[in-house]
Amino acid sequence: MGWDGPGDAPPCGLVYYSSASGNTARFVARLGLPALRIPIRPTDPMPVVDVPFVLICPTYADGQGRGAVPKAVIHFLNDPRRRSHLRGVIGAGNRNFGATFALAGRVIAEKCKVPVLWRFELAGTDTDIQKVRTGLHQFRGLECLTA
Amino acid sequence: MQTAARAINWNRLDDEKDLEVWNRLTVNFWLPEKVPLSNDVQSWATLRPAERELTIRVFTGLTLLDTVQNTVGAPSMMPDAITPHEEAVLSNIAFMEAVHARSYSSIFSTLCLTKEVDEAFRWAEENPHLQAKARLILEEYKAGSDPLKRKIASVFLESFLFYSGFYLPMYWSSRAKLTNTADLIRLIIRDEAVHGYYIGYKFQRALERESEERRAELKDFAFSLMFELYDIEQRYTAELYDGIGLTEDVKAFLHYNANKALQNLGYEALFPPQVCEVNPAILAALSPDSENHDFFSGSGSSYVIGKAVATEDEDWDF
Repeated sequence: MGWDGPGDAPPCGLVYYSSASGNTARFVARLGLPALRIPIRPTDPMPVVDVPFVLICPTYADGQGRGAVPKAVIHFLNDPRRRSHLRGVIGAGNRNFGATFALAGRVIAEKCKVPVLWRFELAGTDTDIQKVRTGLHQFRGLECLTA
Repeated sequence: MQTAARAINWNRLDDEKDLEVWNRLTVNFWLPEKVPLSNDVQSWATLRPAERELTIRVFTGLTLLDTVQNTVGAPSMMPDAITPHEEAVLSNIAFMEAVHARSYSSIFSTLCLTKEVDEAFRWAEENPHLQAKARLILEEYKAGSDPLKRKIASVFLESFLFYSGFYLPMYWSSRAKLTNTADLIRLIIRDEAVHGYYIGYKFQRALERESEERRAELKDFAFSLMFELYDIEQRYTAELYDGIGLTEDVKAFLHYNANKALQNLGYEALFPPQVCEVNPAILAALSPDSENHDFFSGSGSSYVIGKAVATEDEDWDF
């Protein structure tokens, strides 16, 4: 799948990870924007990303916050070229996990020096969808020009 | 012909999720003794008699649900398990529900008089709303009932029915009362979130193998059970919380959690966003030091780059 940026705007995309439970995948499907999925199985090929993008990432932390970022996402971000295109992160999770809610978003933001743009729970609410759709549209104009 | 008894092999997984959830649950293991509940004795004394009675009743109601899940709910799902590892996870879930039920008694023995507690246990047996919701769930747990409907009932218990009760310790905590008790309740909330997620996940996997017609039937069942439970929950909530004027606040929390329970099953929300606006103080009590990041509208702490990094160094090569 290729990027199809809106109109004359520079191409800017979405990349996401979703485990077999599919919460993040359902969120992305409802967003209705083109997006590339980081595969669950380590043997599957990573998506090719050569334009600025926003990453949507769920959290799998234990009570102490360990293991928040899925291994596949770490693997994806370890490639400096891919990482250089990362502009922002949207963290997913569940408030019931207390202080570690959407921790993966914060960890990635810190590691890659990009902002946390938004956080949502499970597969997101209608409000989350609206916020992210509008927000990403504006963010593309701002951030993708500086690619 | 006899079937051979089989040993579980954790090095041969049919479903990676089983190991992932097993690891999460075992790492998160805790016991009530690790929480210094006695530090809440002074705070307990500042509550009015009616507030104390409400708190004991709420905790007794939660004990009842944990008992149901420990002794009936989780064990009833074991014969439906597709993988041996799923049975092992369910045995962990069953045991932790026993720990949760036991924890409320630790709170009681630390803070309350025996007489007050005995009265609350009698109240729980006689309360029509509490009994009605337990009955609806137990009906689905009966031997011979539909395995997928049993999972729906279980997710609703884990991810919805507890929340009319969980509200109160979060409320006290937001007012700097019973903060150690709130710490213990957060441990329970964390466990229940994993349970609801896992059972909901197993439900979705099973649904993939069902016909269109059967999927429609299960979805109808899920939404109508949710309606029935919600109807009971709002009565239960009003009976408990009218006295301190918090019923409407609790109801927003119920709507919000009902939607999350449905999401655990892979379904869309039932309640619209405007009735799910949970009091920010309650959300903050639920997930302390994780305030809302709204980069998009430039409000709040915009361009926040997280400080609390908890990750293993070897996870990151760069």
